[in-house]
Amino acid sequence: MAQATATAKVELRGVKKRFGPKVVLDGIDLTIERGESLVVIGGSGTGKSVMIKCVLGILRPDEGEIYVDGEPVTHLHGRKREAFLRKFGMLFQGAALFDSLPVWENVAFGLIQGRGVDRIKAREIAYQKLAEVGLGPEVAVLSPAELSGGMQKRVGLARAIAADPEIIFFDEPTTGLDPIMSDVINNLIVATRAEGTTALSITHDLISARKISDRIAMLYKGKIVWHGPTREIDASGNAYVDQFIHGRAEGPIQMEVRG
Amino acid sequence: MNFLASIGRMTLDFLRSVGALFVFLGDAVVSIFLPPFYWSLLGKQLMRIGYFSLPVVGLTGFFTGGALALQIYSGAARYGAEAFVPAVVMIGICRELGPVIAGLMVAGRAAAAIAAELGTMKVTEQIDALTTLATNPVKYLVVPRLVAAVISMPLLVAVADSVGVFGGYIVSTGTLGFTGSIYIKNTVDAIAFNDVSSGLTKAAVFGFIIAAMGCYHGFHSKGGAQGVGAATTSAVVTSSILILAANYILTKLLFE
Ligand SMILES: Nc1ncnc2c1ncn2[C@@H]1O[C@H](COP(=O)(O)OP(=O)(O)OP(=O)(O)O)[C@@H](O)[C@H]1O
Ligand SMILES: [Mg+2]
Repeated sequence: MAQATATAKVELRGVKKRFGPKVVLDGIDLTIERGESLVVIGGSGTGKSVMIKCVLGILRPDEGEIYVDGEPVTHLHGRKREAFLRKFGMLFQGAALFDSLPVWENVAFGLIQGRGVDRIKAREIAYQKLAEVGLGPEVAVLSPAELSGGMQKRVGLARAIAADPEIIFFDEPTTGLDPIMSDVINNLIVATRAEGTTALSITHDLISARKISDRIAMLYKGKIVWHGPTREIDASGNAYVDQFIHGRAEGPIQMEVRG
Repeated sequence: MNFLASIGRMTLDFLRSVGALFVFLGDAVVSIFLPPFYWSLLGKQLMRIGYFSLPVVGLTGFFTGGALALQIYSGAARYGAEAFVPAVVMIGICRELGPVIAGLMVAGRAAAAIAAELGTMKVTEQIDALTTLATNPVKYLVVPRLVAAVISMPLLVAVADSVGVFGGYIVSTGTLGFTGSIYIKNTVDAIAFNDVSSGLTKAAVFGFIIAAMGCYHGFHSKGGAQGVGAATTSAVVTSSILILAANYILTKLLFE
């Protein structure tokens, strides 16, 4: 098997994933360098969430290999897998909060269960992380069902960053937030990066993408069709990227809609 | 040809599900003995599966005991064997009806609740979220439910047995003309260790079936609300069928 790139934190090589006859990922090659922030853009339903889930082992790729810190990870299980997962924080697209637990326990969950931090200390950290996403102590004791969609998203974000993981995946962190709160979240993501965290974000929000990323990759029809530094995105010379960032209905990307 | 192909496909699908079920259960059973142990979650499940099933199990046990007394009496009267009513009611309740009725009632309550809860967690990605927080969902969600059901069921059946025999007593003394003290004496004289222990053994097995089916169908539900609904139905139906099948097998093993 091919060797992983030395400096890469996360590397995907020829990752393929299909559901039944439907090919979602068709040979993804993608590298995220240590300490880098990469944003993946692409149309709805192109497999961005599926790609992240493959890295975390929630879905198993049909082909290809994924390396984290140079180690192949697609076949990890048991304690090794738990240790591997402790490197990650993940914000799910739908927040995926535990509705049987109050907000603060959601945020503290990875600390208490995954890392054995004692409850009092974990609670303190949870309140602090909630404050960072703009949620006060009165929210901490509510149940997730009592929150608005945007608030749930922010709790999910607080949960993802609570344990100061090495690698954070953000699946649409600013979707459903107002522009001001989006900017607060963007700043927060930029700040977590200052600590050397590696980040992979998915977003449709190009303002956010420009602000939080060092590099951008575009996913289309199961492949990475373009990747490059963020500042080059306006001059990519790539018809797919141009169409996407200008939001035009006409172009090489054909939405599957019938008029 | 098409017909044969679809039979083949169904057979393969069936075998695949059975295989998946055994892998799932094997994982769950092994996980019971591996740390970490979530004691507080176990306590919570004991309350939900055990304690809150008490009223249902008690009521159904009572009426079953009463009805059984009436039937046994009318049957025994044909042979002038009314004196055996207390013994036969006790045997019927402890060996068969107590465990089976309690099993089916708890299947309706707990297997459905487990499947619905875990199914919702599955479709809203909460189970995936658990994994990413370095927590094993089988240990965190399945083990407490499995252990709680295996502990609760024998206790619930002990209650069902007592209340069932009591139901027989009330009906017999109230409408069939038995004297209370004689009824009790006949029951106590007839009771054998095996009558009760066999029922409690069955109960533990039924508890395992209930939690296993609830968890399995919950974990494997797909789609949205409809998928969770289907998982709930499957959990109740399969656990009920398996309880009755297991009851037959256990009866054969325990009494031959
Ligand atoms: N568990 C699954 N079973 C079957 N198909 C799936 C599953 N998960 C995703 N898919 C399919 O894979 C495709 C990609 O889904 P994915 O959620 O990755 O899209 P996405 O790029 O994240 O889109 P969005 O921007 O709307 O979130 C979709 O067409 C979806 O139907
Ligand atoms: Mg998505």
